[in-house]
Amino acid sequence: MNVEIKVPALGESIVEATVAQWFKSAGETVAADEPLVELETDKVTLEVPAPAGGRLAEVRAKTGENVEVGAILGVIEEGAVGKPAAAASKAEAKTESTPPPAPVEPPPPPAMPLSPAVRKLVAEHGLDPAAIPGTGKDGRLLKGDVLKAIEAKAAAAAPPSAPTSTPTPTPTPTPAGPRPEAAREERVRMTRLRKRIAERLKEAQNTAAILTTFNEVDMSAVIALRKTYRDAFEKKHGVRLGFMSFFVKAAIAAAREIPAVNAEIDGDDLVYKNYYHIGVAVSSPQGLVVPVIRDADRLDFAGIEKAIGDYAAKAREGKLAIEDLMGGTFTISNGGIFGSLLSTPILNPPQAAILGMHKIQERPMVVDGRIEARPMMYLALSYDHRIIDGREAVTFLVRVKECIEDPQRLVLDI
Amino acid sequence: MANDTFDLVVIGGGPGGYVCAIRAAQLGLSVACVEKRGALGGTCLNVGCIPSKALLHDSELYETTREGLAGHGVKVADVTLDLGAMMKRKDKVVTMLTRGIEGLFRKNKVEYVKGTARFAGKREIAAALTDGGERVLSAANVVIATGSESMPLRGVATDEKTIVTSTGALALAKVPKHMVVVGAGFIGLELGSVWRRLGAEVTVVEFLDRIVPSMDGELATQFQRLLERQGIAFRLGTKLTGAKTTRAGASLTLEPAAGGKAETLKADVVLVAIGRRPHTAGLGLEAVGVALDEAGRVAIDSHFRTNVEGIHAIGDVVAGPMLAHKAEDEGLAVAEIIAGQAGHVNYDVIPGVVYTMPEVAMVGRGEDELKAAGVAYAVGKFPFLANSRGRTNGATDGFVKILADAETDRVLGVHIIGSDAGEMIAEAAMAMEFGASAEDIARTCHAHPTLSEAVREAALAVAGRAIHI
Repeated sequence: MNVEIKVPALGESIVEATVAQWFKSAGETVAADEPLVELETDKVTLEVPAPAGGRLAEVRAKTGENVEVGAILGVIEEGAVGKPAAAASKAEAKTESTPPPAPVEPPPPPAMPLSPAVRKLVAEHGLDPAAIPGTGKDGRLLKGDVLKAIEAKAAAAAPPSAPTSTPTPTPTPTPAGPRPEAAREERVRMTRLRKRIAERLKEAQNTAAILTTFNEVDMSAVIALRKTYRDAFEKKHGVRLGFMSFFVKAAIAAAREIPAVNAEIDGDDLVYKNYYHIGVAVSSPQGLVVPVIRDADRLDFAGIEKAIGDYAAKAREGKLAIEDLMGGTFTISNGGIFGSLLSTPILNPPQAAILGMHKIQERPMVVDGRIEARPMMYLALSYDHRIIDGREAVTFLVRVKECIEDPQRLVLDI
Repeated sequence: MANDTFDLVVIGGGPGGYVCAIRAAQLGLSVACVEKRGALGGTCLNVGCIPSKALLHDSELYETTREGLAGHGVKVADVTLDLGAMMKRKDKVVTMLTRGIEGLFRKNKVEYVKGTARFAGKREIAAALTDGGERVLSAANVVIATGSESMPLRGVATDEKTIVTSTGALALAKVPKHMVVVGAGFIGLELGSVWRRLGAEVTVVEFLDRIVPSMDGELATQFQRLLERQGIAFRLGTKLTGAKTTRAGASLTLEPAAGGKAETLKADVVLVAIGRRPHTAGLGLEAVGVALDEAGRVAIDSHFRTNVEGIHAIGDVVAGPMLAHKAEDEGLAVAEIIAGQAGHVNYDVIPGVVYTMPEVAMVGRGEDELKAAGVAYAVGKFPFLANSRGRTNGATDGFVKILADAETDRVLGVHIIGSDAGEMIAEAAMAMEFGASAEDIARTCHAHPTLSEAVREAALAVAGRAIHI
């Protein structure tokens, strides 16, 4: 019996993926649940296991093709081993009446051939033809259209060598014509993930009124606490006591007092959430990803550290699942691991705020009238001013600072 | 018993009508075409484009053979004209083509109804059959494609023997000694050229101060000079006030256009070619309420619809240049519209050709038109004298002129006087259809050595950088 390999649900708002890699080729024997093909989406890479054991009779979606949720990637002849594939199938429980075509998304329309005058102009002026509105037949670019664009660029005093970029995200912008320094440049296609990140970042900026407020925190109390209990912690819980658990706890404590920080805008409503799914930004080979620690308020320090550790490992191996990234209510980012002293993090929509941690650096601070070297960290809170007002943002950050500088507050909930 | 209900009935089997009928049939409609002439192809095939081009070609061969070969190292003697044979060939060409259309009708299952059509109701056409009797056709849609007829000159009666329209001029029994052509338009100049080549003395009488009013002024001037050099005499700014047949031929009374002293001019044959007017008589349009415009043409909107639902009109019977290809394009468009698709004619890119030698061809706007519209334009010109193929062939008369928008360089008009102008204009029309700039034409490779290179050089000349001049 033939079993279809279908594209699984990819998570909310993700409707398609790209076939990144087939682990088996047509004709090979596969075992049930064995990873067959790797799909790449905007957020993660995921593996699709074989729904049954047998012979991979047909590979329908080729590497590089775009597929939709539910599309058929291939067909397994169940139970077969090295037998020629039967064309017909016994459609019983399996829905074979109208299988959705595998590559559903048509390739982006080929760019219209450019007329000779247009070719020359875009090359000489380093323009992106896709960014110039065409008024010719079927939307073609006319020489006049390009001349206008050149004039507009000159008027805007933009550097003529850089290709103009469109203000709104375009689905598939075609690359600019031959570039003057092409021989000394390397062209690498943006990965789907990077493109998607780029889009979402712009979306965030265009929607929310993002401001950033700063404060600084003296880390000596937390450092001392870790020094004292590091070994015992690791011995009991099997995981290292890092800084993140403190910040997660502190952020939750502060969020309890300033609920707007853990809210979002939905249409005309402000939605205040009574659960705390804290996203912790980690870096992966594919780029920045933010796995979410669900109900972090119900986890203890060890639980938080374990969750973070698991995610980091998955991220490194490219094995984060879509569910891992969904549903965050607040995000904590840490640029300090790369050495950043101060930054303005960008929001992770639809969240209202993001806390940025930075490098811990010994600085001379005034303590009781004396100058002392203290391990200091700058904290940044970027927030959506539509939801959170200035007082709330500042207060939130002050509360985080207080909890870190005196972790006993976390114990007593003060 | 033939079926009498059709999706579409086309009245008139000329270039507009037959093309419309065939296209509609291709799109799956049941179509009948009513034509009273006894042959398909309309004015164009029967008494217009085709016979005139056949005579133009053959008369050119005659003149070239008589006078044009010595310089090319070909000696000929005793070249004589067999007018009868020339006319016979012309008639054969016409017959083959009209029969060809009948074949196309059969192939596409268009019902050819031989008779005279009249509206019996809004969607009913009563055809008085040529073979007798009447047949009433029921139509979901009707396209009026009844074309045009020669415009009569007030006070001048034509007999198609001495005082003729183009129809008679295409079938004269012998070469007239002196032919007077009244009207310096496409038709008059073409037919005047035919008979001049065959040995007639030709005088063209024109009311306006210039020939071919729709032509770019510079071209018209050059064209006139070339025709004069060939031996045609022009009486511009002159009107014909009377014509009567005499024993010898015809006697004409001429006067300056503004009025003044009259003079007499004798001719053997007078060709009245002052224009054409739409043909709507006998259709019964008033009975069904189809409105005409101020010029007596069937009034239509931009989708070829008349004021009566289901009735459309195309071709010479509606406004626009009275050209066969314009009618054909409209026929295609209206068929597609009736079939539920989008149909469109681009009136800005309709070429016009005068099939004299050299030919004159134009597409788009002329300088006078651009000036009047206040459009800033650049000009690029290139003479065939400087074109290598023109030289090899000894066809050095004429030039190519390209007009382009001063700012965007978009080609606004192309005007050519030259031996193959009618063919060359197709490149220009294609370029303009795609909104090409003069630079685009200049940067497109043109084969060498061809006359078409003159088009490229003219395009280069727009930017002041022609290579070969």
